[in-house]
Amino acid sequence: MGPLIPNELISFEWSSIIAIIIGIFFGFILEASGFSSSRKLAGVFYGYDFAVLKVFFTAAIVSLIGLLYMDYLGYMDMSSLYVHPTYLWGAIIGGAIMGIGFVAGGFCPGTSLSAVAIGKIDAIVNVIGIMVGVFIFSELYPLFEPIYNGYFEGNITLVDSLGVNQYWFVFILTVVAIVMFAATDMIRKRVKKVFY
Amino acid sequence: MKEKKQNKHLYWNPYFGGFLLGILIIFTFYVTGRGLGASGAMKSSVVTLVDAAAHEHAESHSYYSKFVQDDESPMNTWLVFETLGVLIGAFISGALSGRIGWRVQHSPKITRRRRLIFAFSGGILFGIGAQIARGCTSGAALSGMAVLSTGGFITMLAIFGTAYLFAYFFRKNWI
Repeated sequence: MGPLIPNELISFEWSSIIAIIIGIFFGFILEASGFSSSRKLAGVFYGYDFAVLKVFFTAAIVSLIGLLYMDYLGYMDMSSLYVHPTYLWGAIIGGAIMGIGFVAGGFCPGTSLSAVAIGKIDAIVNVIGIMVGVFIFSELYPLFEPIYNGYFEGNITLVDSLGVNQYWFVFILTVVAIVMFAATDMIRKRVKKVFY
Repeated sequence: MKEKKQNKHLYWNPYFGGFLLGILIIFTFYVTGRGLGASGAMKSSVVTLVDAAAHEHAESHSYYSKFVQDDESPMNTWLVFETLGVLIGAFISGALSGRIGWRVQHSPKITRRRRLIFAFSGGILFGIGAQIARGCTSGAALSGMAVLSTGGFITMLAIFGTAYLFAYFFRKNWI
């Protein structure tokens, strides 16, 4: 039963090789979907290209449904997966800062890396910027520490915090995403096209 | 049709790309028990550089010291190897489609210099934000959402919500 490495069905020594292979697929998918182009990415914020939204939400829903099925069919124990911890204000403020960084720089770290690989100089500058940002955060850590470590609510899921049934939640999220995809296609037709 | 003629590159159908990405996330969780990530490797690089430049500082520092161990390089982490893979995979995809080349991509309405300044400052903000939220769009938002993490959903909403709120101020760079 999965997950394989934590349950020692694959030995830990393999994890670096598996990491590289997973990374190769991740990078290939990002680049082939057009995420190495900042102008394509930024389209989602101005309505001329919604690829980011479509790829992101399709991936989220496919993985949610797939993981729930694997858990249901007994291939994997969902409760043993790592759940990103919830630090309420860290998530909100960190996310807000990232949002401004996204629309200013046109990349997020993963997409930026895929653009570095094909020689985009703006992406190389963006990655250097991210590293400078990490450095600034680290040097000023005592200043950020209360928000970094505060408001900790545990490794909770929406089932814990909203009290919803996970199957219904995923079903409703899927319907919302499909409606959103249809709406973005209508918006895109009305927005002036941008060519890049 | 007109668009196909004018847009220089053709990419995958976004639903196809999203579907494959979803399958990859399932596979990653199935094998490793965790999700994907991207900013983690950049943090490891910064920790390594600081450790090499000022070892004492890194060891005594309240943040770097979390990631510095005596017997192991901070680069020896899962995310660093995954990131190496991302660079290889993106290079293969770009090579197959003829997209490799040194260039600065920007709107014809702005200068190269302006694009680079904004790319750099946007990166700084993203770097700070990704540390505060303990992950970026991949590690916190996407991989978090895949396991219904509350923090992942909040981070996702905060990233996209704020980006839409501030898009107006940056419109000259893009449209």
